[in-house]
Amino acid sequence: MTIDAAARARLIRALAGTVIAHADELTGLDQAIGDGDHGLNMKRGFETVLAEADTLAAQPLPAMLAGIGKTLVMRVGGASGPLYGTLFLTLGKTLPEESGMADAAPALEAAVAAVKARGKSDAGQKTMLDVLVPVLEELKAGGEGLPARLAATAHAAAEATVPMRAVRGRASFLGERSVGHMDPGARSSALMVEAVVTWLEEQA
Amino acid sequence: MTGPDANANVGIVIVSHSPDVARGTADMVRQMVGDEVPLAWCGGNPDGGLGTSVPAILDAIDRAWSERGVAILVDLGGAETNSEMAIEMLPEERQGRVLLCNAPIVEGAVMAGTEASAGSTLEEVRRTAEELRPA
Repeated sequence: MTIDAAARARLIRALAGTVIAHADELTGLDQAIGDGDHGLNMKRGFETVLAEADTLAAQPLPAMLAGIGKTLVMRVGGASGPLYGTLFLTLGKTLPEESGMADAAPALEAAVAAVKARGKSDAGQKTMLDVLVPVLEELKAGGEGLPARLAATAHAAAEATVPMRAVRGRASFLGERSVGHMDPGARSSALMVEAVVTWLEEQA
Repeated sequence: MTGPDANANVGIVIVSHSPDVARGTADMVRQMVGDEVPLAWCGGNPDGGLGTSVPAILDAIDRAWSERGVAILVDLGGAETNSEMAIEMLPEERQGRVLLCNAPIVEGAVMAGTEASAGSTLEEVRRTAEELRPA
């Protein structure tokens, strides 16, 4: 599998496209249990990423991912900026220049650890980590039909945040009232995982 | 150079989701301590709506810079996460001299400013602000 500049640009457009297309939905989820800015914030960040797509995609994959992270940090404006920024920055820092599927799990493992540290959080607290952690476990397991399993895991993991009670972030102020709503960060993470999987399947 | 030496006292940075809250808090600090303490504020996301912005926080740290260090007061979660990110993006020689205070933004800023104006160290400024932390 070669990931050339055109493929890298498609990855950026897939990631940005899904976030921007679901901005209203993400904002709706965040209005239920947060401060209602997740969709708008993520959209602002990824619109800038999209505007820089060709410049970003001209770089090798690690530098491109780090570039996406930097842009999200500088442009998102909510806690999701540093959190997603850290995810992409760490992926970029960890992936080797010539990377293949075998490099994905260690890179995601480092990135998920960095997100945990940044958010002082872990799985089970109704956050993006409730999607990223099970996706990482699935990725480490490897085996047959991995891309489709990753997408299914991400989707189910986001759904599984609905009955959870938030203990981190603004949603934690609501206590029990956070129960019954999907976490917006879990949803945006699942959308991105699904976009990456679709992109991966198109590369094959 | 006339006037107080900006490096004599710890600087204070106020980071709120709302520019109005940040500016108002800075006004209150300024009324307490005059020009003795380097002071800067920022508020609002990169489009000017409610939120916080890493570039704006970096700029505020720069404006309130003191060789004795800078204490940051924040309001809600995103302000904290963005401030932590901003601190990590500072040049290495500055990173260790910027601290986040776990304190209510208005009361914490006034207490931190007052402590800073007495020539206290960065750690003392933070401790004084954090005495206001709910038990």
